[in-house]
Amino acid sequence: MAQHTEQEILDGLGEIIDEIAGVPAAEVTPEKSFVDDLDIDSLSMVEIAVAAQDKFGVEIPDDQLKDLKTVQDVVNFIQK
Amino acid sequence: MNIAPSAAGARIVGLGEYQPSNVVTNDDLAKRVDTSDEWIQSRVGIKERRIAGPDDTVVSMAVAAGGKALADSGLAPEDIDLVIVATCTLTEQIPNAAARVAAQLGVSAPGAFDVNAACAGFSYALGLANDAIRAGSSRNALVIGSEKLSEVIDWDDRSTCVIFADGAGAAVVSAAETPGIGPVVWGSSGERAQKIHLREGKYLYQEGQAVFRWATTELNAVAEEALRRAGVAPTDLHAFVPHQANLRIIESIARKLGAPQAIIARDIVTAGNTSSASIPLALARMAGRGELPSGSLVLVMGFGAGLSYSAQVLEIP
Repeated sequence: MAQHTEQEILDGLGEIIDEIAGVPAAEVTPEKSFVDDLDIDSLSMVEIAVAAQDKFGVEIPDDQLKDLKTVQDVVNFIQK
Repeated sequence: MNIAPSAAGARIVGLGEYQPSNVVTNDDLAKRVDTSDEWIQSRVGIKERRIAGPDDTVVSMAVAAGGKALADSGLAPEDIDLVIVATCTLTEQIPNAAARVAAQLGVSAPGAFDVNAACAGFSYALGLANDAIRAGSSRNALVIGSEKLSEVIDWDDRSTCVIFADGAGAAVVSAAETPGIGPVVWGSSGERAQKIHLREGKYLYQEGQAVFRWATTELNAVAEEALRRAGVAPTDLHAFVPHQANLRIIESIARKLGAPQAIIARDIVTAGNTSSASIPLALARMAGRGELPSGSLVLVMGFGAGLSYSAQVLEIP
């Protein structure tokens, strides 16, 4: 599977989060917490995980999803 | 054997519903558990729901909805030869609900049985009635979904008590020269049975995220197959009436349906999630408001514990 650069993943997540949660992509920066900074709830996190899987080919199961608190956590998960 | 030819098709000829009079708002629930109107509306889409009073039972609510569907159809009780009740909350399992409902409605000696496919139950039961009529085993069937979920709710569990509610809906299905009910597309995924089950055998429990992921990623294929089997294009649909599980699930599935013109049932907003009752309840309420013109095509799809799912296309009488 093709490796994605950190910037590609960040850009892709920005698009996904804009579409699903209405958060402008520019606000989706690595240090942001989904719950505290971006006001994204657990159901939106599932939608983001599914969209990220379609885009990057990496499955994020529900039991791992709860540990991904920040945008950087998701970038790291997709890259590893 | 020399078997008489059976009906070419079956169609819905009457709809009815019953809701308990007791309205429970989100603010009412926030007095008991740590939740809020804003949280419930944004996560689930419910503003208020109906909860059964002491006199409302699965059987009594089924009788009320079934009686209205019969009146709407113009048929007499003695015309009905099959009664199917979809329910997963009948506390007294013996005798079944259907025979008691039939007797209370004055339906004489029909085939009478219950179906438990949880929130998919009404669509399963409608598929069975359609097949029975087309096979010649029935001429006029009464199909009911009735649920008293308040009996299996832990009212101190804020993850479930804000979702589920009580009510019943019913349809009369009759033999017809042209089909008005498409083939049922049904299935299950029992290896994921624990995703929705009765905790300690008493209280409804669900893994919300897992159920949400399943519903929003796997059920569009079921909807598409039901449309394909009925020979109906998404753009031909007048309405989409899925099980009223959660408004976010409903809207996610609807977005991907390819039917931007279709009305989407949002009965959950004031009825809550009533499991097998939610589809006929929504259909009857939408018909009552004049939202379902005669001859319009409606896609229904149930899904829930099992995991089980079921869908078909209907033509409104």
